[in-house]
Amino acid sequence: MPDATVIPIGGEDGARKAASRAARQAGATGPKPKKRVVPVEPEPEPQPVDDEQHDVDGAPGRLDATLAEWLDFMRRRVTGEYEVDDFGFDAELTDRVIMAPLRPLAQNWFRIETRGIENVPSEGGALVVANHSGTVALDAIMTQVVLHDHHPAKRNLRMLGANLVFQSPFVGELARKSGHTLACNPDAERLLSSGEIVAVFPEGFKGIGKPYSERYKLQRFGRGGFVATALRTKTPIIPVSIVGAEEIYPILGNAKTLARLFGLPYFPLTPTFPWLGPLGLVPLPSKWIIEFGEPIRTDHYPDGAADDPMLVFNITDQVRETIQQTLYRLLVQRRSIFR
Amino acid sequence: MARVVLVTGVSRHLGSRMARILSHDPAIDRVVGVDVIPPRSDIGGAEFVRADIRNPIIGKVIAAAGVDTVVHMGVISTPVQAGGRVSMKEINVIGTMQLLAACQKSEGVQRLVVKSTSSVYGAGPKDPAMFTEDTEPKSQPRSGWAKDSVEVEAYVRGFARRRPDVKVTTLRFANFIGPKVDTPMAAYFGLPVVPTVLGHDARLQFVHEDDGLEATRVAVHSEEQGTFNISGDGVLMLSQALRLAGKTVLPVPTPMVGLVGGWFRRAGLADFSPEQIKFLTYGRGLDTTRMKEVLGFQPTYSTRDAFEEFVQERGLDHQLPKHQAEAIERGLAHALGTSTLSEARLAARLREEAHGRA
Repeated sequence: MPDATVIPIGGEDGARKAASRAARQAGATGPKPKKRVVPVEPEPEPQPVDDEQHDVDGAPGRLDATLAEWLDFMRRRVTGEYEVDDFGFDAELTDRVIMAPLRPLAQNWFRIETRGIENVPSEGGALVVANHSGTVALDAIMTQVVLHDHHPAKRNLRMLGANLVFQSPFVGELARKSGHTLACNPDAERLLSSGEIVAVFPEGFKGIGKPYSERYKLQRFGRGGFVATALRTKTPIIPVSIVGAEEIYPILGNAKTLARLFGLPYFPLTPTFPWLGPLGLVPLPSKWIIEFGEPIRTDHYPDGAADDPMLVFNITDQVRETIQQTLYRLLVQRRSIFR
Repeated sequence: MARVVLVTGVSRHLGSRMARILSHDPAIDRVVGVDVIPPRSDIGGAEFVRADIRNPIIGKVIAAAGVDTVVHMGVISTPVQAGGRVSMKEINVIGTMQLLAACQKSEGVQRLVVKSTSSVYGAGPKDPAMFTEDTEPKSQPRSGWAKDSVEVEAYVRGFARRRPDVKVTTLRFANFIGPKVDTPMAAYFGLPVVPTVLGHDARLQFVHEDDGLEATRVAVHSEEQGTFNISGDGVLMLSQALRLAGKTVLPVPTPMVGLVGGWFRRAGLADFSPEQIKFLTYGRGLDTTRMKEVLGFQPTYSTRDAFEEFVQERGLDHQLPKHQAEAIERGLAHALGTSTLSEARLAARLREEAHGRA
């Protein structure tokens, strides 16, 4: 695919990556990090002006600034001085704490290659539609991480989840705090019309809990509710194809009785789970590619287009086909499951 | 148009304040406050009539005073205030029925404003993040005050159908909070150790009592009718609110919540009805677009402002006051050989100014 930009995020060694990240943050990216990078002098003898230079490359200034930021962050956490939006999204907590353990997983474990990120607009709403796989929703979480870390506007992905997610203790709490909400029309429309990037995984549990033998075969795409929502809010649909998540926990069998016992949609039996106990929770280090496809515009349809079932089905099929074809193309390009 | 307003529930804080506010309103000639016991606080220029709304006598009061507007604030949220759950239900539901029956008979009544609550929406994992006035609740409340309110609203809708000439406004308030108001939430935050549901963090919204009363006053005068959500802007997470209030938290695992809630309830410390527990588990948000655009009411306090004022006024025992937290931050920063972000920002500003001068 000639027009997609390839952003390799694996391969570099840790130190170089950290350095380039630091430089990116301190350097040209935006005014916010620049303001934060303020040198901090020890009390007794304040140092004069040469700080700007000193900060960008010199480690001591940066380290101090990072430390100061963290202390400030922790104090505000303890005293409650932070903001959440109407959905309970805690942007700062997500960036600093929730994503922290996920970044090495994305960069070093799955070595995610992100393509076509420029297809995600820097402002305004868009509906991201992706395939769903991998037994647990790591694919969704990883998409959120790469979009936030690699998009120039650091866009947050607001996902729509099943009510099982919000019912479960801890999981539900974390999901709300990292910006996700229940998959229902009012919430999707509210997020899209307030200019957020919303993600849906129309295959739902059918996609994520399918056996390994069915890998990369898209399941039924729901009733096309996501298309109707995009039409109503006149936001573009961005088809996203995720390769690699299918292999992290290959489902060989499904213990239906156990699933019923725990009230889960499926109970996966993988080569390692539950046989190896907690060790079975370690995902296989498959090589991932996440491709953001070209946006499908919906703003040229007339008002009320969402009530035309034929149109909704057609667009649903178009999105599904795009993702399926892209998956096949990416699979051919991947050298093997693990590299 | 001569305006005579009847306010129910004036023996309690919000009712008596409402009567006082309306009695100072130049557009209103006369305010009649009714309740079974005399108001404890000043109701201003309003006249107090001792009458039980559970009794047909209320009809006579309405006729004798020539009431044209009824403000129903007599729905009680805490069983303790009403003297038990049974009498609470009686006051809430039977009282409303009698009041509405009297209004229906009366020729003069042209407007009815009912103080309801957002707890009619219930709270659960299947609900959208924000409720609009026409959202169908997925988990209707099954007990307590919330269920009373659902029934009250049903009777109010019935009344609106039978008397289409009367303008009927139902105000669904988020949790009231303020220096003096007694609500289950105020009692909850007043607990020495606050139990929460482990693994869940509810979204909360508050309306400051001043804003709530002002919204009611606006509704009394407004040409608009219907149902309106009333709340301050923004949400607070329960955990965040507890940190702002500096409370010691006791997280309780879900299967134990009922048990622990029962202890607190029996000790008379706070209300932990099943509805309240659900609310503290899943939380609730209100869409207030209709309040702003149709009713034309803009709250002065955001959810956070209202809560912070509540914390300050009640003088809740803060475990770690702000200045102490800042001192700890400074101490840690200096021990680690750096300075805090605010110090660094100040230093940078001073340097910039020095630069500017040079």
